[in-house]
Amino acid sequence: MNNFPEFFRLKIGIYVDNFVKWLMRNFGDFFDGVSDGILWFLVKMEKFLLWLPWWVFLLMIFLLGWKARNFKIGLTFAVLIFLVGTFGLWDYMMMTLAIVLTSVIISLLLGIPLGILSAYSDKFSIVMRPILDAMQTMPSFVYLIPAIMLFNMGKVPAVFATTIYALPPVIRLTDLGIRRVPQEMVEAAHSFGSSGWQTLVKVQLPQALPTIMTGINQTTMMALSMVVIASMIGAKGLGLEVLVAIQHIDIAQGFEAGISIVFLAIIIDRMTQGIAKKFEYPE
Amino acid sequence: MNPKIKVENLTKIFGRNPKSVLAKLKSGMPKDKILQETGHTVGVCNVSFEVKEGEVFVIMGLSGSGKSTLIRCLNLLNRPTEGKIYIDNEDIVEYDKKQLKEFRQKKVAMVFQHFGLFTHRTVLDNVVYGLEIRGVPGDERYKIARKTLEIVGLKGWESHYPKQLSGGMQQRVGLARALANDPDILLMDEPFSALDPLIRREMQQELLDLQSKLKKTIIFITHDINEAFKLGDRVAIMKDGIIEQIGTPEEILANPKNEYIKNFVRDIDRSKVMQAKNVMFRPSALVSLKDGLKIAIQEMEQSGISSIFVVDNDRRLQGLVTIDDAIKALKENKRLADILQQTFYTTKPETYVHELIPIATKSKYPIAVVDDDDRLLGIIVRVSVLSSLV
Repeated sequence: MNNFPEFFRLKIGIYVDNFVKWLMRNFGDFFDGVSDGILWFLVKMEKFLLWLPWWVFLLMIFLLGWKARNFKIGLTFAVLIFLVGTFGLWDYMMMTLAIVLTSVIISLLLGIPLGILSAYSDKFSIVMRPILDAMQTMPSFVYLIPAIMLFNMGKVPAVFATTIYALPPVIRLTDLGIRRVPQEMVEAAHSFGSSGWQTLVKVQLPQALPTIMTGINQTTMMALSMVVIASMIGAKGLGLEVLVAIQHIDIAQGFEAGISIVFLAIIIDRMTQGIAKKFEYPE
Repeated sequence: MNPKIKVENLTKIFGRNPKSVLAKLKSGMPKDKILQETGHTVGVCNVSFEVKEGEVFVIMGLSGSGKSTLIRCLNLLNRPTEGKIYIDNEDIVEYDKKQLKEFRQKKVAMVFQHFGLFTHRTVLDNVVYGLEIRGVPGDERYKIARKTLEIVGLKGWESHYPKQLSGGMQQRVGLARALANDPDILLMDEPFSALDPLIRREMQQELLDLQSKLKKTIIFITHDINEAFKLGDRVAIMKDGIIEQIGTPEEILANPKNEYIKNFVRDIDRSKVMQAKNVMFRPSALVSLKDGLKIAIQEMEQSGISSIFVVDNDRRLQGLVTIDDAIKALKENKRLADILQQTFYTTKPETYVHELIPIATKSKYPIAVVDDDDRLLGIIVRVSVLSSLV
């Protein structure tokens, strides 16, 4: 009597499975096309990053850090990246970075328009909210299964899974940023006869920009954390090094790869935060 | 002349299906009952009024009276549920999207209570906004914006951001932004309410000065009856979405329509509303220069006064003669023109009584009210200044 009745068993997972298979059957060409596109971009990015002489990259990090924060912080960033190089993980770092950057760019291309849509339409926002919640709380491993089914093994499903995981913050914060623009300011724009597009581009987006930048920061951080997991489906990079270290119970290798990811996280976080600050308007 | 703005039976209801509530409202159901039963808020209820070109029309009411809803109907930020709004004889409610855009870009501009400035743009770029939307070329719009900023006294602040300015200055930016478009109609939604009292008074005066040059049609919203009576050529007092009374400040002061308005008017400092033209009267006696001394003396004796104003054929004020001087001059065979005195005060008809009080108590002669051509319109004696205050 105390057990949940068996005949109430709802096999909802089957339907999801069927849905993904249905997608594959009917939209196989579409996913192949998307896959090719992502791969093309990713490969270009990776090639470029690997082609860059190491000292040029160091210099870029230093300058970016200096611009976004200050001289000392720029120097610290450069030293951290240099350390990763000394661990012998330079190339892996670049591969990881390529996946992160690609995922973030896709996330922004999708997320900012979706965020705008959700700020404009309460209905859309209500529908989006549980979906975004699910995207963020679903254990990230779960994405990997349909990602493999749709895009096979390798880098592309890694980008796909990473994008899905990293997408919510930028949508949420774009929505929030636009909704938080003072009503009077929007009215002022309308009162001068601005079109909807003009109001969006000249008033709402610039006003929301600091908030959107925070969203970009969070999206980037989440992309980085997902990349480690994505290595399980064959994406080469720092994550894979960690995975290999786990399999071999190699503490030394695990630590080096792990700390490299931490360095990368710190640099990306501080840098995007610094840039976000630059977008705030003088008070 | 046709009125610049003519509002007919305007009603605005907020809610899911405003039209459905109209019948209930018309059958006389009170606002709070409508809210309770249908969840609809009645903002403005069957309001009609006209505004003349170049007039400052103040809509005064407490919060929740529907005044902000009403002003937002005039540029269709709020779409009326029912009613017509004619501006230059065109019903703007019927405008399509393109016409509405053009109407907003050219004819009407709004100033907001909390300024509504774009904090991501510099002062100059704020002022330029309306022109930018209108598609005025870059050089020209910056030229206009700089000039407008100079008019409101903000020269030198162009490259600052709004948040770096004080409240009063921010509202000047708001005003400049509205004026840069050179609209016919200026909608001002409690523009000075967020400012502290000293700055508010200064801004009120500046608005009056500006208006005497620009002659815009201004709709001004306020909850402050003193502000309403100071600025308004005519004032409409609103309560619960209905206009209770419309009239010039003097009319409302003299004839408050009901208890509600009486209560408001009680707090008014009358000396700041009543103007010279309201308390002056036509002199009982007046002499013309060509009349001569004898007639002057005769007039004074008949009216029992000790001095008299002298005018020329066009009623232009020439001076004042006292009875003592006149009798003495008659004996010495002088002419009227030789003994004219200028030791009296003159004032314009628009001067407020409170400015006349010190003069009236100081002067031993009546105050002469003259127009711009120096024509004598009337005189004010000390008693009438003081009696106007009670």
